Amino acid sequence: MRSLRGQVAAIAVVVAAGVMTLIISLITLDALTGTMDRFYRDFRFGQVFADLKRAPEPVAERLREVSGVNQVEIRVRAAVRLEIPGFADPVRGQLLSLPEGRQPEVNRLYLRAGRLPMPERADEVVVSEAFAEAHALEPGDRLKAIIRGGLEELTISGIALSPEFIYQIAPTDLVPDYERYAILWMNRRALAQAYAMEGAFNSVAVTLQAGASEDLVVAELDRILAPYGGVGAHGRDEVLSHRFLTDELDQIRAMATVLPAVFLGVAAFLLHVLMGRIVRRQREQIAVLKAFGYRNTEIALHYCGLTGLVVLVGALAGIALGAWAADGLAGVYREYFRFPEIDFRLRPGVILTGLAVSGGAALLGAIGAVRSAAGLPPAEAMRPPAPERYRRGWLDRSVFGRWLGQPTRIIFRNLARHPFKSSLSVLGVGLAGALLLVGSYQFNAVEHMIDIQYRLVQRMDTHLTFHDPVPERAIAELRHVPGVYHAEGYRAAPVRLAVGARDYQTSILGLDTGSRLRGLFDGNHRPVSLPPDGVLMTRYLADFLGVAPGDRVSVELLEGARRTLEVPLAGTVDEPLGVGVYMERRALNRLIREGPAVNGAWLLVEESRRNELFSRLWEMPRVAGVGMMAEAERGIREHLTDTILVFMGILLLLAGSIAFAVVYNNARIALAERTRELATLRVLGFTRGEIAWILIGEIGILTLAALPVGWLAGTLFAFLLSEAMSVDMYRIPFVVTPWTYAFSAAGVLVASAFSMLLIARRIRDIDMVSALKSAE
Amino acid sequence: MKAADRELETGPATAEALFEVRELTKVYLMGEVSIQALRGVDLRLLSGELAVLLGASGCGKSTLLNILGGLDVATGGTVLYRGRDLTRAGDRELTRYRRYEVGFVFQFYNMIPSLTARENVAVVTEIATDPMSPEEALALVDLEDRMDHFPSQLSGGQQQRVAIARAIAKRPAVLLCDEPTGALDSKTSVSVLQAIEDINRRLGTTTALITHNEVIGEMAHRVIRMSDGRIVDERVNSHRRPPSELHW
Repeated sequence: MRSLRGQVAAIAVVVAAGVMTLIISLITLDALTGTMDRFYRDFRFGQVFADLKRAPEPVAERLREVSGVNQVEIRVRAAVRLEIPGFADPVRGQLLSLPEGRQPEVNRLYLRAGRLPMPERADEVVVSEAFAEAHALEPGDRLKAIIRGGLEELTISGIALSPEFIYQIAPTDLVPDYERYAILWMNRRALAQAYAMEGAFNSVAVTLQAGASEDLVVAELDRILAPYGGVGAHGRDEVLSHRFLTDELDQIRAMATVLPAVFLGVAAFLLHVLMGRIVRRQREQIAVLKAFGYRNTEIALHYCGLTGLVVLVGALAGIALGAWAADGLAGVYREYFRFPEIDFRLRPGVILTGLAVSGGAALLGAIGAVRSAAGLPPAEAMRPPAPERYRRGWLDRSVFGRWLGQPTRIIFRNLARHPFKSSLSVLGVGLAGALLLVGSYQFNAVEHMIDIQYRLVQRMDTHLTFHDPVPERAIAELRHVPGVYHAEGYRAAPVRLAVGARDYQTSILGLDTGSRLRGLFDGNHRPVSLPPDGVLMTRYLADFLGVAPGDRVSVELLEGARRTLEVPLAGTVDEPLGVGVYMERRALNRLIREGPAVNGAWLLVEESRRNELFSRLWEMPRVAGVGMMAEAERGIREHLTDTILVFMGILLLLAGSIAFAVVYNNARIALAERTRELATLRVLGFTRGEIAWILIGEIGILTLAALPVGWLAGTLFAFLLSEAMSVDMYRIPFVVTPWTYAFSAAGVLVASAFSMLLIARRIRDIDMVSALKSAE
Repeated sequence: MKAADRELETGPATAEALFEVRELTKVYLMGEVSIQALRGVDLRLLSGELAVLLGASGCGKSTLLNILGGLDVATGGTVLYRGRDLTRAGDRELTRYRRYEVGFVFQFYNMIPSLTARENVAVVTEIATDPMSPEEALALVDLEDRMDHFPSQLSGGQQQRVAIARAIAKRPAVLLCDEPTGALDSKTSVSVLQAIEDINRRLGTTTALITHNEVIGEMAHRVIRMSDGRIVDERVNSHRRPPSELHW
């Protein structure tokens, strides 16, 4: 084994990489699902939710009587604007009511610090932990809230976590912005008073009895709440926090299968080649053992054990690295998923899975060699193996073949002699190239995605939302506010779209024709114009609903006079971020049966007058929120860097190690098997450079052949990945640039050159005399 | 090999020394043990002569041949080849020496298994300055009809004759043969020795052949006996026997 150190180490590295990815995924999956289940159960996360305009408290009794409902928590939910001392940007928030001075029945709070507001206290709030951390707020600190136009001073009584806001994100945002979005809880009476909701509620969360049908409860809640302006009850799957969490778990699950399979497959191949070599070299010892009466199973076990040892080393390293990396990753998850604590622990089950899976790969890799060792008759094993048979191939018959020098001919003959091994090598290196491509493609694709979203689709720099729809002349007034270059209004209306059995809850965005600030584009970045009636929607959503342009979509308006209409789908648009449905604004106004109105605006502002402008906007009572696009863009970049890109960085490193391991192993084995041949050529007067060419040329040809394989497989992987990573929040576009191909090729070439360098050193040290002495 | 049955000349055409070996020593380090393979060898090889080095295995004859062929470096003493000191030559110079001056034949043939007989010879002719064609070289060893066979399709004797063709195709000044018949039966060995003798006579290639087989000495101009790293006896054959008459 000593002479095989390098190869064994290379294989162990690949095994370690595979086990590491597996362990990271398993630990994370285990930790997140376990923590989520416990938190949901212990803090009674609601199972059905509904928002409505306003219902008197006694309606709650009717909800309690719905069959299948367990606990009912009625509450008041309101948008709020906050002012944080020393922080200039606008902060939006969501205020939720708590029963006077005690925990709610559903969605209980986990208090990280402080306490709940005292009963009857109107000025005490509990704030979400992420927000508190972002501003270093502590119990006792004060903040200002603009509630219905009036400024109120609030005191923080506690800092809390809620199962409803594990992933704390504003409904209109794509990534969390803890500095500019807050969740707050205060006593119900005080909140109701501030929002004119005394004796009433506008939000419900319920838990279900065991075995109850969620669909039936949703339908029943919808029926009861419809007269009170209900905007559609829904299960947990439409609670933003829960949806992000389950999306993340799905992605981890996909990762837990694909990557370890690739790495361990490569490891199995490398083991197959290495063990084959070891058995060939040890033919005589095998024969002697057999002649002494060792049984075939004993010989087989010996080689299985040898393979097992290599894999065990790799697997243990992989488990350790995986546990270490998962620990690092835990930090990222703790930042995004706010649980009381996430228990990232390496459980025996996870270790066993890692060992079992790598053991399987070991067995797969060893089986060929073990069978040939066990099957060797003792007498035959005593003889040296017969000289290998070669044939003249198509290359020799071609014109080119006649001009080939003998060393080059040796390369081609050797490659053709072992077509299976050669193709597997090409495949292995190609796979590494493919992983490099997938890894680097993400970097480019993410950049591209963000550029499209923020340079092409959303060209505004400031985003305003209003509490209620306002007449469109408000936009004209905005244009006259100093510091505003340009303003456009929009109307967003919550809807539930349905086609057949599929439905999706979202908003229709009513835009003005010829909007300068909000672009609509097709897959080739060509502008799509708004139809006079009918809707446009993101292609991702059209695919989800299974509709094509020309089909009709059932649109249930979830505000005002709740109506359901059939609207034609006029076309689709391609947007990398978010999911949208678009309509001409006035057509939407007509659909809602209202006059020309807007409930939000986009602005282009003068940078130098930004602060002055923002304080003006603050003073407008209708304004519910002010958002800056630059902040949103920064947020999403940070989020993607934290999650996808870190992961892809690791992938790049691992892909490089695979490329190196495959090339190095092949080269080492080729060297071992041809030392005698190369020594002979040295004796015949060939220089070191000339004999090195025979091995290096072979590596080079395999590497070059692997490049297109890597490009092809990588492009396919990238395509599959871009499909698999299509979630509501974003779709990584399938853009593979020449740079990406070049990067993949360069990675493979560097890894290959590095192993050539190591091999060249060994070629230099070939000892002619000892190589000539032996018969083999 | 038409001359097989006639009386051989008893001396080389000229008496000029191609090699002059003086006080040659070689010490190997095997782990912590040092082995004295050569203990001061003095030897002259004359141009055009066919010398047979006889000795038991481990007597140092292979070491001597390897140093003469530029495969190994001496520990002490000098080896002059046409007046050039091989013991002071670096790797580059030794490579050039092997490439242009020396032909080697080994016990285990050392064919390149992926190349045909013709291509195995072409390996050498492609890098030599004034070679014969591979076909010509193979004809000299009576293998015209096996030129496109791979080593796995040739018998041991045939492989060794390809090796001889490969060694002489570059028209080397010296042919070094290390136990060329060691892996062959006696009948096949005769045909191989025949080829070597034929080359020596027709091309005038200085030939050194090492063997532990006493009988083979009878075909040489001169028999040099080695034991324990020293030359213990040198004898000029007054009556050389053609290989076809050798039996063992």
